[in-house]
Amino acid sequence: MITSAQLKALIEALSATVAAHAAELTDLDSAIGDGDHGANMKRGFDAVAGEADAISAKPEAEALKAIGTKLVMTVGGASGPLYGTLFLTLGKELTVSPDDYPAALRRAVDAVAARGKSAYGQKTMLDVLYPVAEAVEANKSKAEIVAVAHDAVAATRDRKAIRGRASFLGDRSIGHIDPGARSSALLVEAVAGVL
Amino acid sequence: MSNVGIVIVSHSPLVAEGAADMVRQMVGDDVPLAWCGGNPDGGLGTSVEAIIAAIDRAWSENGVAILVDLGGAETNSEMAVEMLDPARAGKVVVCNAPVVEGAVMAATEASGGASLAEVQATAEELSPA
Repeated sequence: MITSAQLKALIEALSATVAAHAAELTDLDSAIGDGDHGANMKRGFDAVAGEADAISAKPEAEALKAIGTKLVMTVGGASGPLYGTLFLTLGKELTVSPDDYPAALRRAVDAVAARGKSAYGQKTMLDVLYPVAEAVEANKSKAEIVAVAHDAVAATRDRKAIRGRASFLGDRSIGHIDPGARSSALLVEAVAGVL
Repeated sequence: MSNVGIVIVSHSPLVAEGAADMVRQMVGDDVPLAWCGGNPDGGLGTSVEAIIAAIDRAWSENGVAILVDLGGAETNSEMAVEMLDPARAGKVVVCNAPVVEGAVMAATEASGGASLAEVQATAEELSPA
């Protein structure tokens, strides 16, 4: 069970990494998308951080759902429902099976795939989230999981985008890192730094 | 009003409002109509909260058809529908159609008293299968 103090530290770490990398995410998104990923993510995680005390006072599963709902309501781009669904599903799954984090993560990533009508290998955040879910299921160390996430981001560079705004570019999306994959890896690294 | 309602969701409030003007020119006040556009800060994007409010403004017991422009508008609209009261959620559809043409065609169909399924089908005829 994640404690209230850990939840608060987690929210602070997530919002800090998003704020620190907002310009980088926007630059990545400007290359192959609409250039709003950094600003959208920052708006969402700032809103979550603004309620850090109230959210971290909730039980773990309810806190995760509250983070998800806040992201859904404040991000303003597709990443809102996508990351929102990730946290909402983590909360729902941990309500049903407390402490089964690997299974909750797997189901949450599946829910993100359903929400985005996408799959692994289409140059999206799923290209990071699925390898991370596998690494967690395989009981890898935190350092290994973070390395898996960053390697997975790098692997999106040579892929052609199949979903999202970048898919409009077709072959021209090749050669750029996917901004959603990058933000996913940043969140994974922040979580690993706290838990 | 019993006619199916229409909601227009664009990343741009100007596009959403302009499309709504074109719908009004075609069907007047015979169809409940609402639009929204822009992210929660007012920049280009969409807002789940604003979409939920627009569905409420265009509410009809016979259902509401949502027309969207690009990916985020669709994902946020689907999320908004799921967050509605379950009794309402089953009466709202997100159409796979171009936003301007789809809204005008859907509203014209709705103004004749068509069902939600008929309104959606009419809008979606504009999209390649």
